[in-house]
Amino acid sequence: MTLLEVENLRVKFPTRQGVFEAVRGVSFSLGKERLGIVGESGSGKSMTGRAILRLIRPPGIVEADGIRLEGRNLLDLSETAMRKVRGQKISMVMQDPKFSLNPVMRVGDQIMEAYLLHNRSSKAEARRRAIEMLEAVSIRDPERVLRAYPHEVSGGMGQRIMIAMMLIPDPQILIADEPTSALDVSVQRQVLGIMDRLVKDRGMGLIFISHDLNLVSEFCDRVLIMYAGRVVETCAADKLHEATHPYTRGLLNSLPRLDEPRRHLEVLQRDPAWAEEGGA
Amino acid sequence: MSVALRIEGLDVWFGDGRDRVDAVKEAGFEVATGESFGLVGESGSGKSTILRAITGLARDWSGLIEVEGKRIEGARRDRAFFKTVQMVFQDPYASLHPRHTVDQVLSETLSLHKLGDVDARVVRLLDDVGLGAKFRFRYPHQLSGGQRQRVAIARALAGEPDILLLDEPTSALDVSVQAEILNLLTDLRAEHGLTYLMVSHDLPVIGHMCDRLAVMKDGRIVEVMGVEALRRGEAREDYSRDLLAASVGA
Ligand SMILES: Nc1ncnc2c1ncn2[C@@H]1O[C@H](COP(=O)(O)OP(=O)(O)OP(=O)(O)O)[C@@H](O)[C@H]1O
Ligand SMILES: Nc1ncnc2c1ncn2[C@@H]1O[C@H](COP(=O)(O)OP(=O)(O)OP(=O)(O)O)[C@@H](O)[C@H]1O
Ligand SMILES: [Mg+2]
Ligand SMILES: [Mg+2]
Repeated sequence: MTLLEVENLRVKFPTRQGVFEAVRGVSFSLGKERLGIVGESGSGKSMTGRAILRLIRPPGIVEADGIRLEGRNLLDLSETAMRKVRGQKISMVMQDPKFSLNPVMRVGDQIMEAYLLHNRSSKAEARRRAIEMLEAVSIRDPERVLRAYPHEVSGGMGQRIMIAMMLIPDPQILIADEPTSALDVSVQRQVLGIMDRLVKDRGMGLIFISHDLNLVSEFCDRVLIMYAGRVVETCAADKLHEATHPYTRGLLNSLPRLDEPRRHLEVLQRDPAWAEEGGA
Repeated sequence: MSVALRIEGLDVWFGDGRDRVDAVKEAGFEVATGESFGLVGESGSGKSTILRAITGLARDWSGLIEVEGKRIEGARRDRAFFKTVQMVFQDPYASLHPRHTVDQVLSETLSLHKLGDVDARVVRLLDDVGLGAKFRFRYPHQLSGGQRQRVAIARALAGEPDILLLDEPTSALDVSVQAEILNLLTDLRAEHGLTYLMVSHDLPVIGHMCDRLAVMKDGRIVEVMGVEALRRGEAREDYSRDLLAASVGA
């Protein structure tokens, strides 16, 4: 079953040197699955995620033949209706976790506020749930973290707090932008486990943006590979290591490996043809 | 062999009463001049805090911190310190001023270090980190996550420091840019004899960049080992062994 259908999405920014197209005609559909988006820095992964939620700041422009959620085109919705979609249907974990938390408000107050917005319950209940959520993302001293300000938690803790908060509204779709980039492997596995259960048990659709090819190939069902604002290849995640596009091959070869020490890592030799529309 | 950085019996704490956090406990290690030393360990184990204590950002600490043979006190650091030591932060969003262009960030840093020829140097720095001059007049919000981190690295390199403290310098970057940045860091170290203290949760990255590493858990250093031991997955302590096993995907 299709949850979300994106057709010919474009994101444009007017700049001094003319219009820059960060996303150039991206189309895909999302079901109750884990869809990975990989691609080099600047290839348009975050802009694709933000555009779906219409979170591109002016003067940026979003255009598409359609961004359909339950038969409605999100581009036709009023800003009020869109806010409801953001609050209830689609959640996004931003790439910049601490940046998305309010720096002058305690972590606990922020989680509880989000919880109370979506649930009729007492403050005590909200607090109890907040502690549970922090424990679920493996935060060891949840009581202290509730009282802390965002700058008082470590990088990986900030990332986990954001994930906990985004799951409060029980969204149909979660867009997670580099949600585990600051986490060590064991905590990363726990966080992935939480998202995995939401997909399997509640039929959530997950868009998982990451630059970690190994992780995406292990964790996701399907993968879109982006380059210069376009999807250059789509494949089953477990076939990612057999990908054929030279760009994808280049990405795979640039990873450092513990078993093969070398002085310099391979870097991508970019071919202008990869960026051309129509060709791949 | 001279010592670039010596840490002994380092304790770092935050807050007091029930909110007191002993983030680093009795940590100690030495980094030789020209060496690259890694810090690994689980999230919240105190890795960033060690770097922040060295640069004066974590104010409450005790123990010994010595930089190029000079003992450091308290939380004030003079200009000479920042000429020697620079840090690249884990969080490139928080570390760049939102209303300053890339050009302003780099020019100001250069003039702070009293370096001339600002115009040419800004262009060189942007080339060095693989951004190029077309990014020069952009604001942070007009850059992708990886592009911001490259600006932060360019800023750290601007004053030509001897010692670089790198906190997850490539965890926000995709693998191709990561490869470019790591190659750049490798070459800079070889050319200028730089010393690195580098935090990462990515063991292959540490294996690629570092000569030795310390494994942290709950604020303590549980083990210091050489990169060969890391490659062979040989750790003395149970905790480090688990960490290695998880990363190799065994
Ligand atoms: N306000 C803006 N004005 C001009 N260009 C912009 C603006 N915001 C983003 N861009 C450009 O859009 C492109 C795509 O950015 P995006 O953030 O989607 O990259 P990304 O694939 O998420 O990269 P990363 O892995 O580094 O996060 C980048 O080249 C970026 O510089
Ligand atoms: N300013 C602060 N005030 C209070 N506690 C702090 C502060 N900074 C850090 N801490 C706490 O100190 C501990 C160690 O944090 P640190 O940032 O050093 O961890 P880390 O090893 O770098 O973790 P990560 O891999 O997640 O970045 C954490 O429990 C954190 O909450
Ligand atoms: Mg991004
Ligand atoms: Mg840290």
